[in-house]
Amino acid sequence: MGSILDLAAANLLSPIILSFALGVAAALARSDLNFPEAIAKGMSLYLLFAIGFKGGASVAGHGVDALLIGSLIAGVILSGLIPFVAYALLRVMTKLSALDAAAVAAHYGSISIVTFVAASSVLDAQGIGSEGYMVAVAAAMEAPAIVAALWLVSRSSAGAGESGGMNGELMREIMLNGSIVLLVGAFLIGGITGAEGKAEIDAFITAPFKGVLCLFLLDMGLVAGRGLRNAKGTISTALIGFGLLMPLIGASFGLATGAVLGLSTGGVALMMVLSASASYIAVPAAMRVALPEANPAVYLTLSLGITFPFNLTIGIPLYIAVASTVIGG
Amino acid sequence: MDMHDAKRVEIIIEAVMEKRLTKLLTEEGVTGFSVLPVKGGSGRSGQWSRQGTVGRADGMSAVVCLVKPERAEALLEAVLGVLTRHIGVVNVTDAKVLRAERF
Repeated sequence: MGSILDLAAANLLSPIILSFALGVAAALARSDLNFPEAIAKGMSLYLLFAIGFKGGASVAGHGVDALLIGSLIAGVILSGLIPFVAYALLRVMTKLSALDAAAVAAHYGSISIVTFVAASSVLDAQGIGSEGYMVAVAAAMEAPAIVAALWLVSRSSAGAGESGGMNGELMREIMLNGSIVLLVGAFLIGGITGAEGKAEIDAFITAPFKGVLCLFLLDMGLVAGRGLRNAKGTISTALIGFGLLMPLIGASFGLATGAVLGLSTGGVALMMVLSASASYIAVPAAMRVALPEANPAVYLTLSLGITFPFNLTIGIPLYIAVASTVIGG
Repeated sequence: MDMHDAKRVEIIIEAVMEKRLTKLLTEEGVTGFSVLPVKGGSGRSGQWSRQGTVGRADGMSAVVCLVKPERAEALLEAVLGVLTRHIGVVNVTDAKVLRAERF
């Protein structure tokens, strides 16, 4: 218990969390602090490239094995399964319509790559190793949740006829989403070039990484804070409860999956993080196309304003501590 | 100088629908259009801003085109098909153009 609290305290006082807190506080205080869209986009491209490349380079050492394939398949199944749990919970806990519940559920089945990056950074700082291919698992978990949510809407009498459906164009947009292409592409480049390739660009992808992550999380804090400020009256207490409970349920699925697969402590922690996190980039865009009648203020505020801060501050150290206790290390 | 009548159609549409709209404009025979960034705004769905955001879900784009007056109505009906379920604003204004053959 003491080690969990120590880890939580160290995490809360880390530069990345304090940067996020600064962003939220500045937005809530209506400061004019802001990042231009192009700068935010540039930082996200850098982080995706760096994390993808490092993951690929670490896989290059031991190649493709059954555990990697199993982890990818498990990730896809988790992403497709979690929306059903989230949907059922939302229908019981809250007064959301079937349409809004399905849209929110899609976010919780998919993943937040920034939460994954932050968790990887904490694991590195703790000296806990993880499987490099968890980056590929993250990419594989982006889309299945969207398909599951659209299926839920098509089965719901209230939502029948409201879904734009999963047509080929939407599927192509989801699968070729810029974040996924860059993450998987950098992973492949890292895998092909291996340790030699990493040594060539190490100064670029390793040393500035945490600094850029701090600035990006400052920006995320600003966006989350603005969202919270503008969402007054949209998010009920029950929805806040869901936003805090669902990550714990997702993480428990991730824990069970990682343990059954036989992942390392770091790998299990990352599987928990992926299962616990909620998308706020790929899925909201897909929902705006496929389910435009669903209320974006609900799913964006829940994902970015409630679950993201929870995972960043309490979730990550908790998941690492639980993974360490269950798996050892 | 000879000036010719035209209709200027301005469509503010969700960024995620921009490509679908511009594809439709091309299919409807619109010979040219401009896509302009929208930094932020406010409407029935509340306030929004592109500052610091990396996703496209909460952004809007402005698409502007000029068409011959007699083609405007058919074009607007087609545009409505893309817009109906989404956030957006369409406005049409009378305009004058120098080179009518381009529209």
